[in-house]
Amino acid sequence: MSRIEVPMPQMGESIAEGTVSKWLKKPGEVVERDEPVLEISTDKVDAEIPSPAAGTLAEILVAEGETVEVGAIVAYIESGVGAQDAQPAGPETPSATGDGAGPAPHTAPRAEPSPVPEPAASADRPAAPESREQRLRTKSTPVVRRIAEEAAVDVAMVAGTGHLGRVTKQDILSYIDDGGTAPATPSAPTPPPAPVASAQPPQPAPSFAPSPDSLWERFHDEVEHPVFPVREGDRVETMDKMRRLTARHMVLAKRIAPHVHSFIEVDFSAVDRIRRQNREHWAAQGARVSYTAFVAWACARVLRDFPSINATVSGNGVIYRGSVNLGMAVDLDPGLIVPVVHDAGNLSLAGIGKQIVDVAERARARRLAPQEIQGGTFTITNPGVLGTIVGMPVIPKGTAAILGTGAIEKRVVVLADPKSGEDVMAIRKRAYFSLGYDHRLVDGADAARFLAQLKALLEDFPAEA
Amino acid sequence: MDWPERTLAVRRLGRVEYGEALALQARLVQQRRRGDIPDTLLLLEHSHVVTLGSSARDEHVLLSRDELAGRGIGLYRAGRGGDVTYHGPGQLVGYPVLDLKPDRRDLHAYLRSIEGVLLRALAAFGLEGRRDTSATGVWVNEAKVAAIGVRVSSGWISSHGFALNANTDLSYFSAIVPCGLAGRPVTSLSQLLGRDLAPADAADAVAAAVVAEFGYGAANDCGADGSRRHTRAVSRAGAATVSLSA
Repeated sequence: MSRIEVPMPQMGESIAEGTVSKWLKKPGEVVERDEPVLEISTDKVDAEIPSPAAGTLAEILVAEGETVEVGAIVAYIESGVGAQDAQPAGPETPSATGDGAGPAPHTAPRAEPSPVPEPAASADRPAAPESREQRLRTKSTPVVRRIAEEAAVDVAMVAGTGHLGRVTKQDILSYIDDGGTAPATPSAPTPPPAPVASAQPPQPAPSFAPSPDSLWERFHDEVEHPVFPVREGDRVETMDKMRRLTARHMVLAKRIAPHVHSFIEVDFSAVDRIRRQNREHWAAQGARVSYTAFVAWACARVLRDFPSINATVSGNGVIYRGSVNLGMAVDLDPGLIVPVVHDAGNLSLAGIGKQIVDVAERARARRLAPQEIQGGTFTITNPGVLGTIVGMPVIPKGTAAILGTGAIEKRVVVLADPKSGEDVMAIRKRAYFSLGYDHRLVDGADAARFLAQLKALLEDFPAEA
Repeated sequence: MDWPERTLAVRRLGRVEYGEALALQARLVQQRRRGDIPDTLLLLEHSHVVTLGSSARDEHVLLSRDELAGRGIGLYRAGRGGDVTYHGPGQLVGYPVLDLKPDRRDLHAYLRSIEGVLLRALAAFGLEGRRDTSATGVWVNEAKVAAIGVRVSSGWISSHGFALNANTDLSYFSAIVPCGLAGRPVTSLSQLLGRDLAPADAADAVAAAVVAEFGYGAANDCGADGSRRHTRAVSRAGAATVSLSA
């Protein structure tokens, strides 16, 4: 059995990215080699992408409507055992040994040879974390990798100026020109997918046949923004892809989830003290632990006690998530993206701090892989970073809640003097938190308990975090 | 295969309903992939129809479905790239079903070639069209005279293509935001030339332009069924090629 990558193919010299417009196969379906698996669109072209091998579509990594750069892996095809499993087992046919040792009909991927040889043992391990080769793939095109290989240049060393920090052909050629390595002879682009033996004809279906069955589906999936008259002196621009996706997501998110917001004020004195005490220690570990990191760490702990807030309504059921994956809203100015810190419940405070800095920096450099913005179970947004004292954030679709953190300000507060017990005025660093939650699933009292527990944890922050 | 390599079959189909044209293209794509037919150019007109490409936004259709239906305008999702467009009588629609494998495995290069075809066709009428690097299509001054939207099926077989306004009733474009570009006007050959020019009058120039742009050695003008009985215009296309590329 082997797992074969389906990359976004290089469909032209000047094409840096493609949008997945339609999956023609579902996970688990059998595909023939060269049978179209998906359709992509770029500029004014729709193109079918054929499968590089026969097998079973094992996993789809890029959803319809998402745009990824050329070379990014969009799916995996399981060849060998997967494909054999899919065939009806004939009684006369001796069954395969079961461990995938038997030769499979088409196991050889047609992907270009890897420029960086990996130890053979790691090649078939699907669950392994993203390999160096995969990172290179998402950072460069086959052409660039081939040029790099021929010039013995490490693509990872080249600063990318392309989309999402991708290394363009120009980048690699100038790097080689400047860098004193042997000049490379740029080779021809990798030949794109070969002709096809069998393919379904496109199924053009006139849409807009209103069917009552599809009413709910349409309600949950379709967004139409009304059009307004343009007046003299106005300027009309088409929304870019990110704006369009954000607009669509926000409309659907508000349409689906009945939003309620609750607020609480949190004292940051304890956090502030720990932060000052440990700053040098963390810096030595290469970590920068922001206030947001404290909040993220605390949320990940408190959410364990509130499974319905780390969940989502799905049909008539509720999916309680098995891990806490924190979406961290990042302002790209313009634009908004929400990279995900996965399994935050098992990270230390410094670990969360590091990851937040990492994903935020890569989000701003447009270098996030598609899977790094997927799978969030709870979101934190920080309008306070720009001075806003409180916000009422929209709950991302497919989750139950979002926390907004307001600006941390010095405020005059009334406290009981620990010695005398008298009321005294003090100056404390405080912030308002808002929790937006899906009232289908989370009641006001649940939200209040969650916020109170979060406040308590932050105000009496454990030193060993 | 009984045609010389680099032959283009041109089929002039007259008025074809949009749905029929989709089905015909699907068949031709399969036949081209199998090598049963040579590269083929369909030239035709559609009845009033608004079509949505894969990146189309519904709000670029400015009329409701009922209003469209009331005006006799059909509505389709087209399976091509691009945004919203209108087709109708007076517009010459060209659907090149080509095998791009030999020399044109580049989606953007193919779009630029289609633009090149239309620029050559305009030149045949003494018009100077231009490209817009930010918006695929062909423009004369600030107005769009031809729209482009393409599909490439697996095996690098093209379908869909371009729509050149000959004497289109341009008021129908008010039903949509053409190609999602608000505030950019559309025009037609008739408007630009100040005389009436029907799609059939532009078809020869367009066929010749395809031959020239893609470097075909010959064009067989076929009947609507693709047979070779009505072979004509080969030499005319050839001659036009020479004069256009000179």
